[in-house]
Amino acid sequence: MLDRRRLLAGTTATVATLGAGSFLGSISAFAKTVTLPFDNGERPMAQYPQKRPMILQTARPPQLETPFSVYNEGVITPNDAFFVRYHLADIPLDIDPATFTIEVKGKVDKPLKLSLADLKKMPAKEIVAVTQCSGNSRGFSTPRVAGGQSGNGAMGNARWKGVPLKAVLERAGVQAGAKQVVFGGLDGPVMDKTPDFAKALDLDHARDGEVMIGYEMNGTALPMLNGFPVRLVVPGYYGTYWVKHLNAITVIDSVYDNFWMKTAYRIPDNDCHCVEPGTAPKATIPINRLNVRSFITSVPDGAKVKAGETRLKGIAFDGGKGIKAVAVSIDGGKTWQPAKLGKNLGNYSFREWHATVRLPAGAHELKVRATSNDGQMQPMEASWNPAGYMRNVVETVRVTAA
Amino acid sequence: MTVSMRLAAAAFTLAAGLGLAAVQAKPLKITLPEETAAFKPGPNREVVMNNCTACHSSDYVQTQPRGAKFSKDFWTAEVNKMVKVYGAPIEDADIPKIVEYLTATYQ
Repeated sequence: MLDRRRLLAGTTATVATLGAGSFLGSISAFAKTVTLPFDNGERPMAQYPQKRPMILQTARPPQLETPFSVYNEGVITPNDAFFVRYHLADIPLDIDPATFTIEVKGKVDKPLKLSLADLKKMPAKEIVAVTQCSGNSRGFSTPRVAGGQSGNGAMGNARWKGVPLKAVLERAGVQAGAKQVVFGGLDGPVMDKTPDFAKALDLDHARDGEVMIGYEMNGTALPMLNGFPVRLVVPGYYGTYWVKHLNAITVIDSVYDNFWMKTAYRIPDNDCHCVEPGTAPKATIPINRLNVRSFITSVPDGAKVKAGETRLKGIAFDGGKGIKAVAVSIDGGKTWQPAKLGKNLGNYSFREWHATVRLPAGAHELKVRATSNDGQMQPMEASWNPAGYMRNVVETVRVTAA
Repeated sequence: MTVSMRLAAAAFTLAAGLGLAAVQAKPLKITLPEETAAFKPGPNREVVMNNCTACHSSDYVQTQPRGAKFSKDFWTAEVNKMVKVYGAPIEDADIPKIVEYLTATYQ
């Protein structure tokens, strides 16, 4: 009996010790590198706190890319493999959610200071949604452009739980004449003159009931590097709007014109959001919804496969209309066969697909092409814009069957 | 208190502790790994170390595209962007030195 009592006491002590989570990372433990398939694509693998070994794009501010094989594990991207992208180096590393607050201010009747406990008392909502870096796949841009040189791993799909922003704005009482809502987080610049990171959404979008303050990711607290304790969840929109460590919500009666809205994260104002390579757009707009993409995840480029029947698997997603169809080609896009769509986790989620193809012996170019419910289809040729945003060309995987 | 009572009390404390943990999120502290990337040897490297590393690690430079189009004009534009857009406090006299280093070392 005494032993059992000690065991119990020991368990209690363990729980107490774990009370303050503390996580270390290392680079040296994972000395190996990976080479992304474009020039100057060699990157170290590194293990950051709360993460498995990831592709280290940059150390400070940290940018970690998800190894592509993770997307074949399932349509939900595990928290410990979820990509990380910061803009400014003064990032929070130590947060006590008991004292953390979000300020709601500006053109509101009743400014609020909400704790995490306050948020958790409000009716919660869950949504499965993809967040993708605007510059995901920038390393493939031809001609190449400056910026973070990502492969295809700056995207992830998670089940987010939180409070609809609409409910928070209603509690604060948005005043007449309000136009936009500005979001700021705890991360900031090192130099005073560097523009602090903040993003804005139109008021109608901010209170559409889907945009939310997320405090759980795949059933647990967010990892620090993904925005602990809360981040903005903007289903269907590029990651730049998913402000991490969200601590300031400001309602304004103008269009927000800081550097991060007015100068950075702009796309050509035309249907393809593209221009002739090497040229500048005449007019630009802030980047917004994800375009439609799909990937083969079950076979890496350059793989050797058995001749005969092969089952292909992958993912498809878009900016919120949902995936209507996915087709695969084994002859470089000359002919296509439909793929079967997997379980539907909602229009903002990755959608799994699979297809069985028959590969004769020899070399093959496998392609996958998705169409969204509003009829958008991935292009066969990559489009180009100066910042290398929104790449969504039909992807190709070269295999040899024997 | 009998042993069984103590046991029950301990079990209750444990359950209460777990219940509390589920409601109140725990403090979180992380320590980032040490940076291993470093600026390559080259002319004026110390000027680069003094002016660039306060805000970002060297891999921001190392990972940029290479080739003829990513030479002096490219690096001049990048350094000017750091000064004009991101407010880097770089003295005018240092700008050509930084460009020289980047052009000679990363292309």
